[in-house]
Amino acid sequence: MSEATKPTAASASWFYNPRLRGLVSQALVLALLAWGLYVIVTNTELNLKHLNQSFGFSFLNQAANFDILTSLISYSSSSTYGRALLVGFWNTILVALLGIALATTIGFVAGVMRLSKNAVVSGAAALYVDIVRSVPLLLQIFIWYALVLKPLPGPRQAINFFNALFISNRGVIGPKPVFGDGAIVALALLIAAIIASYFLHNYARKNQEQTGKRIPAGWISLGLMIAAPILGLLVMGWPLTWDIPSLTGFNFSGGMTLIPEFLALLLALSVYTGTFITEIVRSGIQAVSKGQTEASQSLGLNNTQGLRLVVIPQAMRVIIPPLANQYLNLTKNSTLAIAIGYPDLVATGGTILNQSGKAIEIVMVWMVVYLSLSLGTSAFMNWYNNAMKLVTR
Amino acid sequence: MAYVRASEAPKMAAPKGTIGFAAWAKDKLYPTPLSGLGTVAIAALFLAVSWNLLQWAGLRAVWSAPDRELCAVEGAGACWPFVFAKFHQWIYGLYPFEERWRVNIVYVLGVISLAGLMVPSVPGKRWNALFFFVAFPIIAFFLFYGGILGLPVVETDYWGGLTLTLIIAVTGIVASVPFGILLALGRRSQMPVVRILCVVFIEGVRGVPFITVLFMASVMFPLFMPPGVNPDKLLKAIIGGGLFASAYMAEVVRGGLQAIPKGQIEAAQALGLSYWKMMGLIVMPQALKIVIPGIVNSFISLFQDTSLVTIIGLFDLLGIVQAGFNDAKWKSPQTGNTGYLALAIIYFIFCFSMSRYSQYIERRTNRGLKK
Repeated sequence: MSEATKPTAASASWFYNPRLRGLVSQALVLALLAWGLYVIVTNTELNLKHLNQSFGFSFLNQAANFDILTSLISYSSSSTYGRALLVGFWNTILVALLGIALATTIGFVAGVMRLSKNAVVSGAAALYVDIVRSVPLLLQIFIWYALVLKPLPGPRQAINFFNALFISNRGVIGPKPVFGDGAIVALALLIAAIIASYFLHNYARKNQEQTGKRIPAGWISLGLMIAAPILGLLVMGWPLTWDIPSLTGFNFSGGMTLIPEFLALLLALSVYTGTFITEIVRSGIQAVSKGQTEASQSLGLNNTQGLRLVVIPQAMRVIIPPLANQYLNLTKNSTLAIAIGYPDLVATGGTILNQSGKAIEIVMVWMVVYLSLSLGTSAFMNWYNNAMKLVTR
Repeated sequence: MAYVRASEAPKMAAPKGTIGFAAWAKDKLYPTPLSGLGTVAIAALFLAVSWNLLQWAGLRAVWSAPDRELCAVEGAGACWPFVFAKFHQWIYGLYPFEERWRVNIVYVLGVISLAGLMVPSVPGKRWNALFFFVAFPIIAFFLFYGGILGLPVVETDYWGGLTLTLIIAVTGIVASVPFGILLALGRRSQMPVVRILCVVFIEGVRGVPFITVLFMASVMFPLFMPPGVNPDKLLKAIIGGGLFASAYMAEVVRGGLQAIPKGQIEAAQALGLSYWKMMGLIVMPQALKIVIPGIVNSFISLFQDTSLVTIIGLFDLLGIVQAGFNDAKWKSPQTGNTGYLALAIIYFIFCFSMSRYSQYIERRTNRGLKK
């Protein structure tokens, strides 16, 4: 073969050079993006000028001038916009955390029921999943709201438990603990008890591995966690009083209130997310090979023990990642609170947006908060997946 | 050969307690006493709920009445006349009465084309898909909006009810398929700039709630436009829904792409196909077939999420039903409950049948792959 006919790099046209093509297309994409951003920014500047507005977060220090239905931190209508957003944030966290706890409980119970040998039990779980999944969450929130709020009696005819807990169409109102000076000691003892139980569990496991003897660590730590704060309170002369609600005129004063909007949202979110968790738990348990169940049976464990000690710990490996995803979904879905007026982050933000017209800033706050929650969740999932990777010998 | 049996041995009866209703009940209803207790408790709960529902929705319900009068009586059950009276509005929204035939034509065209796409044995999938995804949206838009061929213009403010819900959901999903494919390809691209942009878009949109995307589309989008341009409320909702669905669709398509063996890509490259030919002729046809159930599931989610446009002031199915509660002619204690129940049934029928369809396709695809 002569030198001339040998294919060389130079003989292929530069037009077909993959590296060059890649660079050019990326440059084009970047240029397009820059142009798009430029157009958006200039348009926004013009529009804001027309509306006599400017971009910036200084409005967060202005007085909010609106009331918020329920708040975990102190707030009045003279507080700032920033404070109002913070109230909304904590309300979101509250409903999300309680919803996660409730949805997990519902999901695990229904997931185990779904796999029951008993046709009625598994059928009930299947019916629950099929029906609840097929109805939009927003409609379910409205239905719970109409179901929870409307049939309840007014404050004067409230369902009364020992003159301390009242259920009416104003929500569930119960005694509120008021901590005086010295209660901090009880808190410190509680934290100490939690740390002690952690070490106790470690010791119990090691002890069992070496001697085969079991220490009832669970019961001991439960006892510790109850006894320690009570001891602290006793030592400090019981600095704990209860603010008991009482009926004054047409409404209650004092106490702690769970408003009906909150209850409706919490129930709807938990029952809806529970269906997804049910399916996750079911498939997670099914993913554990049948040999494990048989092995646990041949060791003499009964069904409950086999499930609790052998199957579920292994199923958790499969269950946790999608479960974390559902927790995130529940948190995101809690934004539907705006439809019934529970003041979460989006609802308070929406009110501020309407009052101040600061659309871009408010939407940015929302995005940053929810994006950090989801990025945090995916970071956790990556860490968990790595930690739980099957180590085979 | 006398020792060989000439006839079959007589069949013996099955051991006692292994066949028949009693054995089935023992196995399925009370394998253990505790389980039996569960059966009784659940059955009792189920009967109690059904009985109350039957009482309220059937025995004590009002079936025909000209207005709220009969429904407002103390102890009356469901107020069905409200549903009958409002049903047309639930379907068509405030679309002018004499123009509703246009909506009906769109429904008929859509149902025929969609049925052809969904039933595996109907031929002409390619042409049908082309019609449904390209021609049908254009035809539907001009039929709804009018303004050509002498059809009077109907502004989008009058569109509503189930029709609006379907418009937003179908447009969103139809738009999300091509965008989702591009995003999924971009996410697997060799080019870092493209890959990073796609990942940022997909994770950014998936990380925030739908309602914030809708708010963004409705309050921020007008600020991005040249001054004086204020897009239609419906258009903004559709853009929001489309963006949201695209990000989720990208992940669905990525799942399909990951299921294609690497050998397919290498074989296509060995044949000298370009990137787009390889994707269009070899990879995508296989990947998309796998993700059909995923697309149907995305549609179910979007169909349910569409109810959120109520919050930004559009009258979709949920919005129009709620608007009816305030009608003085029908206001009664039971109107709201009846409306919600009817609404839940409508949504259930749509979503449940779609999810069953997606399970059917999934089984069918798996069967094909196992061969």
